Amino acid sequence: MSQHRLIPKNASRWLVWGLYAAALLVSPLVFTSSLSLTMLSQIGIGIIACLAFNMLLGQGGMLSFGHAVYSGLGSFFAIHALNWVSSGKLMLPVSLVPLVGGLFGLLFAVLLGYVTTKKAGTPFAMITLGVGELVAAMALMFPGFFGGEGGISGNRVAGRALLGISFGPQVQLCYLIAVYCFVCTALMFAFTRTPLGRMLNAVRDNPERVEFIGYSTQHVRYLAFMASGLFMGIAGGLSALNFEIVTAEVVGAARSGAYLLFTFLGGALFFFGPIIGAVLMVLALVLLSELTQAWLLYLGLVFLFMVMYAPGGISSLIMMNLRLAAFGKLRQLWTSYLALAGLAGVMLVGAGAMIEMVYHLQLNQALGPQMRFMGATLNAKGFDSWFGAAFVLFTGAAMFELTRREFVRQWGRVQGEIEQTIKQREAAA
Amino acid sequence: MNAPETFALELRDVRKSFGKTEIIRGSNLAVKAGERIAIIGPNGAGKSTIFNLISGRFGVTSGDILLHGRPISGLTPFEINRRGLARSFQVSNLFTRLSVFENIRCAVLWSLGYKYAFWKFLADLRDANERTEQVLQMIKLDRRRDVLAMNLAYAEQRALEIGITIAGGASVILLDEPTAGMSKSETGRFVNLIREVTVGKTLLTVEHDMGVVFGLADKIAVLVYGEVIAFDEPAAVRANRRVQEAYLGSVLADAQAAEAGH
Repeated sequence: MSQHRLIPKNASRWLVWGLYAAALLVSPLVFTSSLSLTMLSQIGIGIIACLAFNMLLGQGGMLSFGHAVYSGLGSFFAIHALNWVSSGKLMLPVSLVPLVGGLFGLLFAVLLGYVTTKKAGTPFAMITLGVGELVAAMALMFPGFFGGEGGISGNRVAGRALLGISFGPQVQLCYLIAVYCFVCTALMFAFTRTPLGRMLNAVRDNPERVEFIGYSTQHVRYLAFMASGLFMGIAGGLSALNFEIVTAEVVGAARSGAYLLFTFLGGALFFFGPIIGAVLMVLALVLLSELTQAWLLYLGLVFLFMVMYAPGGISSLIMMNLRLAAFGKLRQLWTSYLALAGLAGVMLVGAGAMIEMVYHLQLNQALGPQMRFMGATLNAKGFDSWFGAAFVLFTGAAMFELTRREFVRQWGRVQGEIEQTIKQREAAA
Repeated sequence: MNAPETFALELRDVRKSFGKTEIIRGSNLAVKAGERIAIIGPNGAGKSTIFNLISGRFGVTSGDILLHGRPISGLTPFEINRRGLARSFQVSNLFTRLSVFENIRCAVLWSLGYKYAFWKFLADLRDANERTEQVLQMIKLDRRRDVLAMNLAYAEQRALEIGITIAGGASVILLDEPTAGMSKSETGRFVNLIREVTVGKTLLTVEHDMGVVFGLADKIAVLVYGEVIAFDEPAAVRANRRVQEAYLGSVLADAQAAEAGH
């Protein structure tokens, strides 16, 4: 009875996966500068890591504060494996070195995850934090394996080149990462369609009831944790090949925090959310950090507003608007969107000018009070600059608030109309 | 198939204390396979606690609980469930962000042996999907299959609660106030539904609504202050002197009113 509904659904699925594969395939051909190739490589790695992280966060309701442990340890074992390949101690094609990372990510998830997944909820989060600190501290205590401050370096041009692929040029590695990225994404998506994947959702929604339908919640969490660890390790192995150096910071809290923050920004509720998150992660870490010294502050602000106003992340915003579009209501709202975006931009200019002036005064005092900001020259010690920036910010904020209130009313009305339409359709069916 | 002396469910001198307070004070109960039992009693008598002990949510302080003649006290809820006992909850306990269909399918997976499989696609599990469809029709939610559990109406949530409970095919079913919070007409329909979906099963319900009790139960167990003071057929329970002494008040009056109304 549901058959006729399944066929177009599958067709659109083929389309989505086809586009995804095409995007992975074509991007290195379009963006050919060395910066963009580096970024594309990092995005591919980030996608695997954020999706693996979201197996726990979005699908299992497990908030891990120490997930860099599994990608990081994967990185270390992969770089050692690479060095063994270089010295001829290990016969392994370089393209399979990331799997060594995955194997050890899995192994440590088996060991550490056993303790971690004994609890759910806040105790789970606390244990992951503790395990993360433990491993980060250990990384500095055993310089023989972790390389101390300098880390461990390697050379990915090792062993015999297959079909002329030595992985020396970045673009070759970029394609290796693209292949891993596609396969891992497909596997993780497949996981969500299996009995274990579905029971993981059930454990997220209502662990108590799961125990009364025959499943051990602890066992479900543990198995999911292992699966996540495997993919984190693969991501770690790829990043070892990509950077050819692994330092102790790859297991650190900052890295764990980045996975959490960007997975959340992309959106944990939908499978594809973390893919968006990973793209944002690389853009922020590589580009935004070049653009301004205050990038962490901006990132923090974005995160804050996201948690407060759109806790489903960017993917849920997309899905909400796709729903509007499906009911033909998007046209009513786009002027409001435009106004909101414009006014948000105005606010950002005002706030940005003030933030940059503070940073300028604190960090670049030797250069004098004059600074450039968006083509204008500001005097960080002058009243005019501060007054102007504050004026722009508060005017923008006031108008934004007025527009926002109007938008909320519009939004409510449109949602009401959609509900009506649904009811009418149900009644007609 | 069991020897005549084995009961589907048996409680032997079960006691449960929370701190110094003894809530269940030596309860005995022996339920034969296929019997339908209603547990009644005043508020705070320990009816829900009895269910929590049987289903493994709490451990007993002393005494034995036997399912098909095998002791189950000390086992976890999922182990007890795997041995063929399922329960529902007084407050609907659903997988809120999953669809009605997924809610039921989750509940059939273990019984069909799929365990923690991550190498099979759900869509290919023909028996699980057929069983799910069948349960959806039994609980009359087949037209609401794609709605998220959290978006269901109250009565529909109660039906889904029952559906999850029976989906795994357990032979002993515990229903904790299945009709709580429903209107009169809904209750009537719901009692019929419960009777249909539990055909051939051993059924225990906790119930306040005397209409439901008489509509469903072959036997009534009266629980007062953590003791089963009577366990017999409805007419015999009503005539029981101890029941009248301990538990005369409003509930019995309700019972008579409900009986008169039948």
